[in-house]
Parts: sequence; structure tokens; C-alpha cells
Amino acid sequence: MPDENFHLPQRGFGNTQRTDKWWIQPLVVFCVLSGFGVYATWAAFQGEHYFSHANGEHYLSPFYSPLLYGEAGSPYWIGEGVPGWWPSFLPFSPAMLILIGPGLMRFTCYYYRGAYYKAFWMDPVSCGVGEPRKGYRGENSFPLIMQNVHRYVFYPAAAFVMVLLYDGYKSLWFLDDQGVSHFGIGVGSVVLIMNALLLGGYTFGCHCARHQIGGYLNSLRGRPIRSKCYGCVSALNSRHMYWAWVSLVWVGLTDLYVRLLSMGYITDLRITF
Amino acid sequence: MSENRQVTFSVWRGNHQSGGFENYHTEISEGMVVLDAVHQIQAESAPDLACRWNCKAGKCGSCSAEVNGKPKLMCMTRIDTIDTSKPVTIEPMRSFPSVRDLVTDVSWNYRVKESIKPFKPRKPDAEDGTWRMDQADVERVQEFRKCIECFLCQDVCHVLREHHKHGEFAGPRHFVYQAALDMHPLDEEERLAQVKDENGIGYCNITKCCTKVCPEHITITDNAIIPLKERVNDEFYDPLTKLFKIFRAKRKADRHD
Repeated sequence: MPDENFHLPQRGFGNTQRTDKWWIQPLVVFCVLSGFGVYATWAAFQGEHYFSHANGEHYLSPFYSPLLYGEAGSPYWIGEGVPGWWPSFLPFSPAMLILIGPGLMRFTCYYYRGAYYKAFWMDPVSCGVGEPRKGYRGENSFPLIMQNVHRYVFYPAAAFVMVLLYDGYKSLWFLDDQGVSHFGIGVGSVVLIMNALLLGGYTFGCHCARHQIGGYLNSLRGRPIRSKCYGCVSALNSRHMYWAWVSLVWVGLTDLYVRLLSMGYITDLRITF
Repeated sequence: MSENRQVTFSVWRGNHQSGGFENYHTEISEGMVVLDAVHQIQAESAPDLACRWNCKAGKCGSCSAEVNGKPKLMCMTRIDTIDTSKPVTIEPMRSFPSVRDLVTDVSWNYRVKESIKPFKPRKPDAEDGTWRMDQADVERVQEFRKCIECFLCQDVCHVLREHHKHGEFAGPRHFVYQAALDMHPLDEEERLAQVKDENGIGYCNITKCCTKVCPEHITITDNAIIPLKERVNDEFYDPLTKLFKIFRAKRKADRHD
């Protein structure tokens, strides 16, 4: 490739002729992602009020699902309390075993990468605006070359969606005073099911899924099912940004709903049959 | 119908090493585009103002410039879509050297394109020397063929614009070109090593600025660059894919079905 130095002038940080409010978008991204990060960290360290069952419902916070280790009375998978192998000097919360999965999925997601490179690294802060640093390595070398791990975090993230769908199904069943289970729909059921669907739309519309399902092929001739799947994933992928934001906000609100319900601050409206 | 009004344009005069903005006042009528205003300024007050243009229909890609700091085709930018309460800045593309005023030397792009491995079709499917392709497979690369080589995507890409990595990074236009070749159902050239090593696709940090400025609305980042990054990932960074080389060889054969 031709290597040419045009001696183009270096522009200073923020230098631009743009007259629009270009700083709003990165600022909003910075605030929303920071706000979510702070809330998710706080919620993960609480280690309580993640499961609401006081009035017969079965609502589990998505931050704690799948619940591998949980408190007494919660639908844990492996055991009660703190796992024996957990270092005693570290505080434990069941969410710590979970959030690394979806967290890495979002951190290495192609859409979020572009968004937080702008909002946090200012690389660039906005299109056509001068940058604060002269040096640049991009994703061409360590550490950002590690973003290529995205395909490996996609598979666990897809499994998480299945677990959340199961949680949504469980939220449709309510225990009465005699301990008999009845089908019903509560606000919490809608919140949990919506959460699983939105996360599914985000996860299964990711660029990695699109590549794995058919993008790596140059021809889908003779593969009708794969071709249909590729079309569906591509349709989701074309709105990946919207899925990313809506699912992010919704998963936080879902945890908040379960938490407030569990703490007794709100009442769950429901219809049981 | 709106009345004619005076608008001030602040136009770059000079080249990429020296120069500055000069103000010109001209009368704007309904329906005018920025290129019309530049021509009017040439006719009225600056006959030596250099500007490249050709089709005035958004298809030749000649009149690329930056209007109020945004990469635009001047012939497709209606003046009633921009804020004229303050002087409207018009400057040359900043990723390439300005020869004079609004004219930039974009010949580097042509040299990069020449260095890219050309289309290498497989053997013909039929005895008469023709091939068979599914429409759906061809449609995928048709999008990339819409490129008019205006180089606005190259202009806004910060890897070229701010970091001047012209020797290590080919830029979005050439990844679109590479994608059109690599995803073509007939092509059997191995070009991913070139995409990674020579063309430096790893420098792209997917901020999607190129997609936003494309006048042909090519989804550059999502449909060209990221799929190419994933293919490079398959070839160079994914240990499991490397482990299953036997299956990969079969998959490659399938790709060229």
C-alpha cells in the first residue's frame, strides 16, 4: 500500500467547524453508561432483595439469574449461601458470578465499542472533531485487539437469554395461600418477559451472530433454513443500536422493579386464573 | 415561496499548508445548493476560486467538501437545510492535501485501490464460459457497488483525518471495495491477510462516522467493515477455528460453491 506523508496539519482537541451540538450524543452515552454501571455495581453488591416471592410470585432479578448460589428460599441451582471455594476475604454476592457474562458481551459488542470509544476515550469524541491524543493504535494491537474475543462471549450470553426466558415463564405462575400454583399475569411477569425478549433481540442481532449464522459464507444457495436465519439476524442487526439501548435500560429497570417489590415499597398488580 | 436573501459564506482559500477563510456575500434563492452558491461567488467576486465539480447530480463524487464542518457533496446539499444565520463555512476535505482552495488531491485513493488484489473468479460453471449465481447472493455485494468514490468516508475517518495513517490504513472506501470482492460468490482470491496486514482493518474502531456521511447510504460499518473484521477474526485470531482446520477447509470450499 502506498505510504505517503502529506504533512497535513495536526488539529487540536475539539477543533471543528461543525455548528451543531455535536457534544450532546457522547455526553448522553457517557451519562447513561456511567449511570447503568454505577447502578449495576451497587445492585450486584447488595446480595439481597433479588428474589421476590412474598405474595406467591416468582420474580428473580436478571442481575442474579441464573442463581447459582442463593439465600434460603430462593430458587438457587447449586447451593445455599456462599460457595466453599470463594475467597473468604472477598465479599460475595450471587450476581458476581453472573454479571461478568453479560458485562463482557456489552463491553466487546461492536456497537458499544464505537459508542464508548467516543464517549469515554474521545477517540474521536464526535465525527469530524479534533482529538485529545496524537498517538493511536486502535484495535490493531494489545490491549484492544482483545476485543476479538466477542464471539466467545456471545455463546454464554445467548444461554443467559434462555435462562431469562425460563424466568419469564416461571413468573407466570403464582402460589396461593395453600401452596397451589395458578397461572396468571402480573406487571412483574410482563417486565421479566419483556426483559428476556429485549435481551434476545439484542443478543441474537449482534454482528457476531450474523457472521456465525451465515455471514462467513459467500453463497447461501441450497441452504434455505440458514438463509432465512441470516435474513432474520440481519433484520435484528439493522436496529442493533436500538436493541442495545432499550435492553440495557430495561434490564436495569427490571432489577429495580424486583428489588422494590421485594423490599415492600410497591405492590405487584396481577390477574390469576 | 421564500424570498431571496443575502447569505455569507466563509470559504477556504489556500492549500493544506497555508491559507484561511474568506467571507463572501451572495444572494440565495429557493432550491439552491451549496455548489450553486460557490459558482455564484466565482461569477460575482472570486473568479480564481478553485472548485472541482462535474455532474451536479450526486453521482460523480467530484464536489466533496466540508460544509459547516460536515463532509458533504456540495451539489446535494440544499442551502435551506443548513443554518445560514451565521457564515456558512466551506472547506476542502481535511484527510487529503488541498491543491488549491476547495480542490483536494485524492490520487492516494487510486493508488491504494490499485494495490488491492483484483477479482479472481472461479472456473466457469458452464461450457460456454458463464457462471450461475443466486440473486440473493449477488444482492449482498450490490450495495457496495453503489459507491461513487466521493471519499467523504475517507475524509471523516479519524484514522486518516486526525492520525494521518495513510501508510498503514486503507480507509472505509477500500474496505467497501474489499468486501465487494471478498463476499462475491464467484471470487476465490485469498485477500484477508492483505485486509489485516497491509490495509490495517484493526485500526478501525467502528465509530460509524463513515456510514453517517455516505451520500449513497451504504451501510459501510455494519455490512462491509464488521463482516470483514469477523472474517479476519476467523482467519487469524480465533483459536478454535484454527484448531478445526479440516472443517474450515470444507467451509471455504462451500463458500465458493
